[in-house]
Amino acid sequence: MSELALAAFAAETGSHVVRAPRERAFRVFARRFDEAAYLAGLREAGVGWIARSAPEFPPLLHAIHDPPAGLFVRGEAGLDLLRRATVAVVGARSCSSYGAQVARMLGRELAGAGLVVVSGLARGIDGEAHRGVLEAGGATLAVLGCGIDRDYPAAHRELAARIRATGLTVSEYAPGVEPAPWRFPARNRIIAGLSAVAIVVEARDRSGALITADFALEEGREVFAVPGEITSDLSSGTNDLLKLGASPLTASADVLDVFGLVGAEAEPVELGSSAETVLARLRDGPASADELARLTGLDAGTLASALTELELAGCAVAGGGVYRANSIAT
Amino acid sequence: MAWVLARTVTHALVGLDTRRVEVEAHLENGLPGFAIVGLADRACQEAKHRVRSGIASAELEWPMRRITVNLAPAALRKEGSAFDLPIALSILAASGQIPRDSLAEHAAVGELALDGRLRPVGGVLALAEAALEAGLPRLLCAACSSPEAALAGIEPVPVRHLADAVAYLRGELDPEPWVPRNGHLAEAPALDLSDLRGQERARRALEIAATGGHNLLLAGPPGTGKTMLARRLPGILPPLSPGEAIEVTRIHSVAGMLAADRPLVTSRPLRSPHYSASVAALVGGGPGPKPGEVSLAHRGVLVLDEFAEFQRPALEALRQPLEDGVVSIARVGGRAVFPARFQLVAAMNLCPCGARGDPAADCKCSPQRLSAFRDKLSRALLDRFDLVVAMPRPRAAELAAPPGEASDPVRHRVAVARERLDVARAEWTKEATELLDRAVERLPLSGRGRARARRVAETIAALASESAVGAEHLSEALAYRSPTELGAS
Repeated sequence: MSELALAAFAAETGSHVVRAPRERAFRVFARRFDEAAYLAGLREAGVGWIARSAPEFPPLLHAIHDPPAGLFVRGEAGLDLLRRATVAVVGARSCSSYGAQVARMLGRELAGAGLVVVSGLARGIDGEAHRGVLEAGGATLAVLGCGIDRDYPAAHRELAARIRATGLTVSEYAPGVEPAPWRFPARNRIIAGLSAVAIVVEARDRSGALITADFALEEGREVFAVPGEITSDLSSGTNDLLKLGASPLTASADVLDVFGLVGAEAEPVELGSSAETVLARLRDGPASADELARLTGLDAGTLASALTELELAGCAVAGGGVYRANSIAT
Repeated sequence: MAWVLARTVTHALVGLDTRRVEVEAHLENGLPGFAIVGLADRACQEAKHRVRSGIASAELEWPMRRITVNLAPAALRKEGSAFDLPIALSILAASGQIPRDSLAEHAAVGELALDGRLRPVGGVLALAEAALEAGLPRLLCAACSSPEAALAGIEPVPVRHLADAVAYLRGELDPEPWVPRNGHLAEAPALDLSDLRGQERARRALEIAATGGHNLLLAGPPGTGKTMLARRLPGILPPLSPGEAIEVTRIHSVAGMLAADRPLVTSRPLRSPHYSASVAALVGGGPGPKPGEVSLAHRGVLVLDEFAEFQRPALEALRQPLEDGVVSIARVGGRAVFPARFQLVAAMNLCPCGARGDPAADCKCSPQRLSAFRDKLSRALLDRFDLVVAMPRPRAAELAAPPGEASDPVRHRVAVARERLDVARAEWTKEATELLDRAVERLPLSGRGRARARRVAETIAALASESAVGAEHLSEALAYRSPTELGAS
């Protein structure tokens, strides 16, 4: 029995199957299915196929209790990307600027240390994690909850193209499968299955990211949660995970330790004296330009100049008029 | 005699331009009647009734003959009530009640009331300028319009009542003396910057905007002083020069917005249309085009509050005036060009619900809603803002701060720096050029963003009284670039 026939059958009937069903319809379909022609069609569309039984199939994903029949892949990276050490970074779609910053930074730092970051191409945390990897010039994996030929959400079409330039997009769904709400939890099991470590950056109660964390825990993978403000809804999911025993993530080194890796040494940057003063304040917590002016006694012009210096040096980021220091305290 | 003809000269407004219009009255024997020809609109046709009552009220004689009034050139559409006085005078001259040659060196403009009084009309300054150019040294106009007409250098003849005009033209009455109401004195700005507490960065950006004439976008949650700040920009701009004052007055006069006691606009106009404004209201329009808000804000400030709530076509229509400083409105009958060199200050929230940038509130906007909100502001439009400042909600400590600097010292600094900018283009130091190259790579900065940063840096250097743009000026300028959350670079 061909696994490809199984995937094609699932696409044809709009269902989710990982094992050959006993129904007659499938037997009829499998008998008529022309695997060579189908593969040729995939090749033409630039889509690769890795069957579950193929040696290239990621072993970690193979180990979960319901691995997909196979994976459709698109992208310039070699298939060995799927066998490298992977970390999932997932979280809320409508995230805060804090969450976005952490996700991007994790993407950048983990990729910089040589890990492959997996996420779901969704808005918010997922997208930021992918972008962080691309910033560091690394390769990232995006797992789709729809047919491999789709870029969903449409707003991330350009991001998906950039991911494919150096990494891969993968899906268990054959071309033509529409995105549907029930497919995303299934997609999350693949994200969790592909990764040795799952990091949840921001999640509300009953968020999709928590489903990923649950899958990861079930399969005995390490789960990290980024602590958030206890007053924010966006942190209730992650803080609950911490209460349940997930490891708190306070620096990318926490994750690198799991793999026995050491992060790239940050290059020391030379900053002007007012920039140093401002950075020292920012390490105490995020602040608006005016608060910083009051705390440091600098005039608005000098302060603006110092803040740009910090941004250019990669020491601070701005969002919604609020500046934050750009590294997790080590 | 079977027929007589008399003629009065006046002008019609086409946008801000004027066209010479000859008002001819033709009286002939036949059944008494009164017709106005020459593409007169409704208000103009109704002149029949006003002129008839006005002549009766002035105790003059209404000629019981067949009257035809022609407004020449006949192909030009005539609008409004400004032709009442010339029509009445032509009829009176044709019927011999005033000497016909007395009209030769007078232009006339004004609307008649039923009791014969003369009412003011809009655009007198432009009409007076046109009359002077046409070689007519005197203008008969409503008494309260005289100071405005005098601004054009014409000799106004103030007319309170049709009977006065007739007496004057018969040589029985000297023209009433008129008093110039305001000299060239700028009024004290009503709104002062000292009303605003905290928001040091936004104040600084306002000062830079005033100096370099940059457009400014203020973004932040509601209640952070965005509108307050925007409305205080005219107060720190240098006063209008005499030439600019005339330009502004001409536009406001055509729009019928001049105060009778202050015919010359001496302070920079501040216009803040509501976000429901239509395209025509913003850039001008109508059958006989009228200036829109952008032209009324000429040489002044246009404040667009709730910028993202404006209709998309209205926002896009702003691009031409922002680029060229004029609005040209094409109509079947011709084209009207209005000057529109204004400074734009826009204020908006960072998201539809307004909670973004507010530590005390949680933004509940869905990603779709957020991206629809951002899509509305096209990049082309955001590119017109040299300065973008996020104004997060200040904490209590900042609101308790003493009042900020008043407008006066700021205006003084702005004036000094503006002179410096006018005199010479700033040099660029090597450090600044290097920093700009680095920023283009790191931030990332688009080509337009780069040009904007350069312009703002030069303004900042001028404010610092430096002859060369240093790295610190450029890095400050970069702090006011559009943030990525507005989807621009």
